[in-house]
Amino acid sequence: MLKFILSKLLYLIPTMLGITLVAFSFIRLLPGDPVLLMAGERGVSPERYAEISAQLGYDKPLWQQYFTYLGDLMHGDLGHSIVTKKPVLAEFLALFPATVELAVVAIIIATVIGVPVGVIAAIKRGSWFDQISMTGALIGFSMPIFWWGLLLIIFFSGILQWTPVSGRISLMYFFPQVTGFMLIDSLISGQKGAFGSALGHLILPSVVLATIPLAVIARQTRSAMLEVMGEDYVRTAKAKGLSLGRVIGVHALRNAMIPVITTIGLQIGVLMAGAILTETIFSWPGIGKWMIDSISRRDYPVVQSGLLLIAGIVMIVNLLVDLTYGLINPRIRHK
Amino acid sequence: MSDTSVKISDSAIRRRMLKEFWFYFSQNRGAVVGFAVFLLLVALAIFAPLIAPHDPVHQYRDALLVPPFWQEGGRPEFLLGTDAVGRDMLSRLIYGAQYSLFIGIVVVAIALLGGIILGLLAGFFGGWVDSVIMRVMDVILAFPSLLLALVLVAILGPGLTNAMIAIAIVYQPHFARLTRAAVMGEKAREYVTAARVAGAGNMRLMFKTILPNCLAPLIVQATLSFSSAVLDSAALGFLGMGAQPPASEWGTMLAEAREFILRAWWVVTFPGLAILISVLAINLMGDGLRDALDPKLKRS
Repeated sequence: MLKFILSKLLYLIPTMLGITLVAFSFIRLLPGDPVLLMAGERGVSPERYAEISAQLGYDKPLWQQYFTYLGDLMHGDLGHSIVTKKPVLAEFLALFPATVELAVVAIIIATVIGVPVGVIAAIKRGSWFDQISMTGALIGFSMPIFWWGLLLIIFFSGILQWTPVSGRISLMYFFPQVTGFMLIDSLISGQKGAFGSALGHLILPSVVLATIPLAVIARQTRSAMLEVMGEDYVRTAKAKGLSLGRVIGVHALRNAMIPVITTIGLQIGVLMAGAILTETIFSWPGIGKWMIDSISRRDYPVVQSGLLLIAGIVMIVNLLVDLTYGLINPRIRHK
Repeated sequence: MSDTSVKISDSAIRRRMLKEFWFYFSQNRGAVVGFAVFLLLVALAIFAPLIAPHDPVHQYRDALLVPPFWQEGGRPEFLLGTDAVGRDMLSRLIYGAQYSLFIGIVVVAIALLGGIILGLLAGFFGGWVDSVIMRVMDVILAFPSLLLALVLVAILGPGLTNAMIAIAIVYQPHFARLTRAAVMGEKAREYVTAARVAGAGNMRLMFKTILPNCLAPLIVQATLSFSSAVLDSAALGFLGMGAQPPASEWGTMLAEAREFILRAWWVVTFPGLAILISVLAINLMGDGLRDALDPKLKRS
């Protein structure tokens, strides 16, 4: 197992370096002079230009700049935002829990609904439940989620007035951030109604974000179940006279879950892309909205490091998925 | 016996293959419906100037935010109502089909071409060529697609052309990987060795001998990428980084409509519905194609 983990880790190094190279190139590929870009519209004097240039290391050769950049990264220095002047890493860490909270709730919704729906659809193949749920899954899979979010706002916030339109919690409540997760912090604070408010703010964005993963998980579970149900060992289990619940729960589902777990893990990239749109629609103060705002404010150091951090996280999660896959499926490990 | 088994012309073989393909494709009712809707979209896009009742960018100043005709205050000349500056929704939606199809075709063409060439090189030559190409593809895949597209658009500048290039770059690795895997499977087969012994050069082996036998998964992936391209370009338009106003691209229309969501439901509902229906149709088609082209499914 250790060898398996090490080989996977080694495999990541070139990709990781590639990601840093992409992030490094980003600012240099932008049209125009990076120093002038950072100086803004007012422009700079030639002396100040030389000074900024030297300060940022732009006067050195490219390869040297890259190694300096890598060195800074190793020390946790991801640069400063041009707009807020704060360190990018600090900004990221402050906003990241909001995105994690949204993504975790979304993936829970998607799994808790998607897996049972897929299992039932497979067992009752061809039934009306199968047809309706798989049609629904295909629609969910094809959904432009930015539009779906707007529709939910029209219906639940506009017409029914059940949920708020934006933000993470009502302005009425104020409590210290302990974990950064609003649901938990509101519970800890003990303030009456705070948890309800946090939940009310979270529900629409997480449903929107869960839509595509839910569809994918339901479809994948169904096809994995169908495949497993045709296997000899399932037939044997049935022939032995085991109850249907036991055949499905113990013999079929366990094996069908292997590809499904991979699918769930691979949704992290989808979630990050979805977070950009979902957070924009619901003004959710997470890293998706932060990236969009930074792109439109031309805050390039933030875009550069945000890109790096997000890609790094997606990669680490994918690695963990790979490792889990090896753990539950010994055949992969020993290949 | 022997005289009936020989000599079937190429076109006859092709006709038979097409017939067989259609047989399996038409088994999937959803796929046929999707195909029909897709043909309808193509027709709408081609004949937009003939079908659309109004000019898609003409602003009727006396008809701002007119609701659809069946609602109170609706007017029969604007069947699906008008937007905030008095443009006819129906006409804009019809012209929008042109954008979506154009985007899908261009993105898939660029990604397919680039991906096939890279995948062929990687799979055929192996060794360091393979390592370098596939590591670069891994790096691209490490970024969430929409984020990378957004950043590329930030570099290239907002606009439809740049958005298409960005999306194509992001999709390319999928095609490269598929091509590589298929080429590696085919490379060791006897017919390839036979062609090599007969004196075929590398180019001929790659493009004429191997590639045609790797097309099935690529066709399915191309269909899926087509629908994703429509979705992603609409998302970029929605975020203000894709097609720019006054273009009647559906995502851009949604972006313009956002501030009216609680006042005028039709300006938000219809463009999104148009995106959903087209993406759904193409995905249905993709499912059918996969069933028809996957030899494993055929036998069962």
